[in-house]
Amino acid sequence: MRRKSLLALLTLILVVGTVLAGCGSKNDKDNNSSSGDTTGAAKEQVLHINLSAEPPTFDPAQAQDSQAHTVLNMMYEGLVRMDKDSKPIPGVAEKWDISSDGLKYVFHLRKDAKWSNGDAVTAKDFVFAWERVLNPTSTPAPPYAYQMFYVKGAEDYNSKKTTDFSTVGIKATDDNTLEVTLNNPTPYFLGLTSFYTFFPVHQSVKDNAKWATEPKSMITNGPFALTTWTTGQKIEVTKNANYWDNKDIKLSKITMSLSNSGATELSSYKAGQIDYAGMPNGEIPTDQMPAVKKELKDELNLKAIGGIYYYQFNVTAKPFDNAKIRKAFAMAISRQDIVDKVTQSEEKPAFGFVPPGIAGLKEEFRTENKDDFFTEDMTAAKQLLADGMKEEGYTTLPPVTLIYNSSDKHKKIALAVSDMWKKNLGVDVKTENQEWGVFLKNRRGLNYQIARAGWSPDYNDPMTFFDLWTSKSGNNDVGFKNKDYDALVADAYKSADNAKRMDNFKKAETLLIKDEQVLMPLYYYTNVSLVKPNVKGILIDYAGSVDFTRASIE
Amino acid sequence: MVRYVANKFFYLLVSLFILISATFFLMKAIPGDPFMSEKNVPPEIQARLYEQYGLDKPVYQQYFKYLGDIATGDLGISMKHQNQEVGGIILQTFSASLKLGIFAIIISVIVGVLLGMVAALYHRKLIDNIAMILAVLGIAVPSFVLASLIQFIFGEKLGWFHVMGFDGPLDYVLPVAALSAQPIAFIARLTRSSMLEVLHADYIKTAKAKGLNWFTIMFKHVIRNGILPVVTYIGPMTANIITGSVVIEQIFGIGGIGKVFVECITNRDYTMIMGVTIFYGVLLMLARFITDIVYVLVDPRIKLTGGKEG
Repeated sequence: MRRKSLLALLTLILVVGTVLAGCGSKNDKDNNSSSGDTTGAAKEQVLHINLSAEPPTFDPAQAQDSQAHTVLNMMYEGLVRMDKDSKPIPGVAEKWDISSDGLKYVFHLRKDAKWSNGDAVTAKDFVFAWERVLNPTSTPAPPYAYQMFYVKGAEDYNSKKTTDFSTVGIKATDDNTLEVTLNNPTPYFLGLTSFYTFFPVHQSVKDNAKWATEPKSMITNGPFALTTWTTGQKIEVTKNANYWDNKDIKLSKITMSLSNSGATELSSYKAGQIDYAGMPNGEIPTDQMPAVKKELKDELNLKAIGGIYYYQFNVTAKPFDNAKIRKAFAMAISRQDIVDKVTQSEEKPAFGFVPPGIAGLKEEFRTENKDDFFTEDMTAAKQLLADGMKEEGYTTLPPVTLIYNSSDKHKKIALAVSDMWKKNLGVDVKTENQEWGVFLKNRRGLNYQIARAGWSPDYNDPMTFFDLWTSKSGNNDVGFKNKDYDALVADAYKSADNAKRMDNFKKAETLLIKDEQVLMPLYYYTNVSLVKPNVKGILIDYAGSVDFTRASIE
Repeated sequence: MVRYVANKFFYLLVSLFILISATFFLMKAIPGDPFMSEKNVPPEIQARLYEQYGLDKPVYQQYFKYLGDIATGDLGISMKHQNQEVGGIILQTFSASLKLGIFAIIISVIVGVLLGMVAALYHRKLIDNIAMILAVLGIAVPSFVLASLIQFIFGEKLGWFHVMGFDGPLDYVLPVAALSAQPIAFIARLTRSSMLEVLHADYIKTAKAKGLNWFTIMFKHVIRNGILPVVTYIGPMTANIITGSVVIEQIFGIGGIGKVFVECITNRDYTMIMGVTIFYGVLLMLARFITDIVYVLVDPRIKLTGGKEG
């Protein structure tokens, strides 16, 4: 018996010892490294963020997601960049001239703009980069090539109508001058050149298909350069000493984790492991919002941004081929209740399609043109539904299904809305969640009655919201075809007169929402983010994209 | 023996072929494709992407081309992660899962066996009861619940460990703990019952009667025999830990192969889905294959003829 207890004791000591020894040594290491980090951070400022997902690529020509957007903004700089009010300010171009007809842009590049390896950034680098985007043989095909179709001859070159790049309106007249000719006067073109598809690319990438997959071949011209990329784990960028404006860059390093769980991100933020959480790359879970609002009130930022959450009607499917029935559905809910009780991020209820933040003639489009296209009126809604049913000869409404892509938030909103329809219209609407790919396929194929949707702008102009719904638009997935609407948008495309353009947009919006109610706007997006109190200078632009490059840690 | 092994290996190849074919056609049957997004690209560019990745061809042609490619060991290029090779992504992310898995396996075996032994030696005493309560809890609490719980307590509240990431050695502690809790509990119970059985066996009584040294009895007879069931459990456990780390990787934000697997399905990253499925398949089949062979070596009672099980 004594021996037995001896053995037990030995075993216990062994177990406890192993565990403690393991912890001990690990603890030591971590203490060392973390103390190293903190003393380092006092001198050199390191920002920690979570990207949520791994950017599939760092090639500006290939990128198309918000994660890549965030990181590319750190590593590259376009001809212009956006200031804190989302207005274009000099980037690689120190000044520019725009011809009076709005068709020709001459960019004068600064002479001190350098690549991270010390080479000068020249106009030829831009021509090289833009040609790659438009070249029909680029592999894989750059998805955002169409963002350059404003440039004269660009679409023809991309669609192989010509193989002669000199027909495209992109010319480097010397090392520091870039001339761009457009098809139509495009007031937002200047701002567009701050978008990643328009970034310059170092010419050494030619013939190296894998250049954008590893730090050593990533020569960039922005405030930071890629130094670490461990697939699935971590991305790190370090201050680029060759950047022309590096005196304004306070951070020495930005480290990015890649956890795709909102709950983990929030928990990690609370534990102090990251300095920023939430949109645009992640999302704070809606069920955590009440607690976040209470506990982290001073660190929570709710900024209205230019995106919209809406439901769309398939106007080719019964019963929504009837405008009165569409209107009845749009009117019979309380948007304020949804933003107060479900999303809880102080979003603004939407009664139009263009969100606040989008530029108008002198101020924002939404300030100049109120979104009073319809009201929430339950009695009128019931009447409209009855009228619409009479027009169509229905005694009972055909069964209605609302589809949305699987997400906790979309589900809560869909249930709340269908509940309101039941209460206010007496209509039973089935809600159905679908996996993302399945959902997109059904929505695109007009295989639905009502579908959830959202839209964020590609550039700061109402056009990005209106060219969606033209008959020819590849994104028009509601079956809406209206000649008057098409003419208004086409006219706005060609016009150099901004007042006329804005007037056209106003008419288009009236047609789309007030007259036809093709869409049922719910709310304008808010960018929900948490920032540690000692971190300053993080910019969220009009569209909700985030710029960390000018941030500092106090 | 050679015939037995060859036979097993043949079945492995057949299963692999069935796995590849079934996954390929099921994958193609899911609506959507890798190039769908909220914002549509113009049809011409879309068509060019299909062409470049061979998606414009009929499914059966894509299938034969894929079979041809993997026969030469080429898993292809990811359709979502531009210009990155599927094999490369799998190796990089699997190394994280593997480190996690190996630690979890080692911890499970050591802690589980010791816990079980102690419980057996103190049969029906307080230590035994505590150990067995822990074991029941370990089996009953799902790993993702435990993971969230320890993440909240030790990561968020106490701040002893990082909530997410996989950078330093300390970052292993929470995920390994979450991953090994269940196997520890299982191994502890297994060890305890088989040890108890052995302790009451006649040959132990004989050994004691012969006046053999206590340590000799323990290490030569009790432990060696008592631990056998554990050895057979290690095979399935390894498979469980490696596939079970999907959820744990998600919770702790570890970029392991589990995370890649889930994401590539959402993205319809066809080459990636196939690559990871084949990888998992080969891994599990090899584990099974090796276990089968080890069984034969350990237990000569298993017949070698015909390659049938048992």
